[in-house]
Amino acid sequence: MKHDNHSHANVLIPEVGLRVKALESLLAEKKAIDPAALDLIIETFETQMGPKNGAKVVAKAWTDPKYRKWLLEDGTAAIKSLGYIGIQGENMVALENTPSVHNVVVCTLCSCYPWPTLGLPPVWFKSAPYRARVVIEPRSVLKEFGLDVADDVEVRVWDSTAELRYLVIPVRPAGTENLNEQELAALVTRDSMIRTGVAQSPSH
Amino acid sequence: MNGIHDVGGKHGFGPVLVEQNEPYFHEEWEGRMLSMMIACFAAGIYNVDQFRHPIEKMDPRHYLMSSYYEKWLCTVEQNCIDAGIVTREEVDARHAQLMKGKAA
Repeated sequence: MKHDNHSHANVLIPEVGLRVKALESLLAEKKAIDPAALDLIIETFETQMGPKNGAKVVAKAWTDPKYRKWLLEDGTAAIKSLGYIGIQGENMVALENTPSVHNVVVCTLCSCYPWPTLGLPPVWFKSAPYRARVVIEPRSVLKEFGLDVADDVEVRVWDSTAELRYLVIPVRPAGTENLNEQELAALVTRDSMIRTGVAQSPSH
Repeated sequence: MNGIHDVGGKHGFGPVLVEQNEPYFHEEWEGRMLSMMIACFAAGIYNVDQFRHPIEKMDPRHYLMSSYYEKWLCTVEQNCIDAGIVTREEVDARHAQLMKGKAA
């Protein structure tokens, strides 16, 4: 939208929700889009996408060494085999956290995020402070998230692009040796797969 | 482009604000915007690069102050105009009509 008037008060689009409605109604009238399809898309996001998909990938990697190897070698194919492919998740790379390497994911230019495995990104992931800071002071940012990364642990920050998205495989929590894949998946949080949080221990 | 969107490594943005139990959408129109973006993408109105370009050309003040989905509105609207599906005047007129209806 063009802004010829650059006075401060006019920077934002007034009644932005109504402008969205205006555009949608025009596109529907011109048959460029089908409003019923929009309802279906929203429903798909709310019911079928989200971090529970990524959690299943992680739990499988924790319990199946062959799958873990495949996932690390060809993330796209291994994730696709579980059905989590599609828009904004076409090409995937899995990153494994270890006791000595801590991976963290950002998209400095925008908000690139693996939708099929993690759903829509939270606002903080898309916010300027996270995008600006995590690449130059990742330890400070992680600390604000309550994650103290020891000095002898290497921190690797991965900048996503429109073409390539990342999924972090967190370290499997101690005391989970007897849990099955489904029980493990329940411990994997969204933030642990962007690696600004940790996988929960079974006592949680 | 090294426009305002290229914020990686810049100082001065302050702490990362995290909302606990954040909802998928904060307002209903955000969900409509998301699905309209995907529907237009699926209809072949733009590719990823064409989608990104108008966001990277936004006025820097508008870019920093606007929400994620407001940025999407800017680019979807621009792309639909560029594709010859709607005109700015049509969107302006419909928007004005809806605002008038709300105020009435």
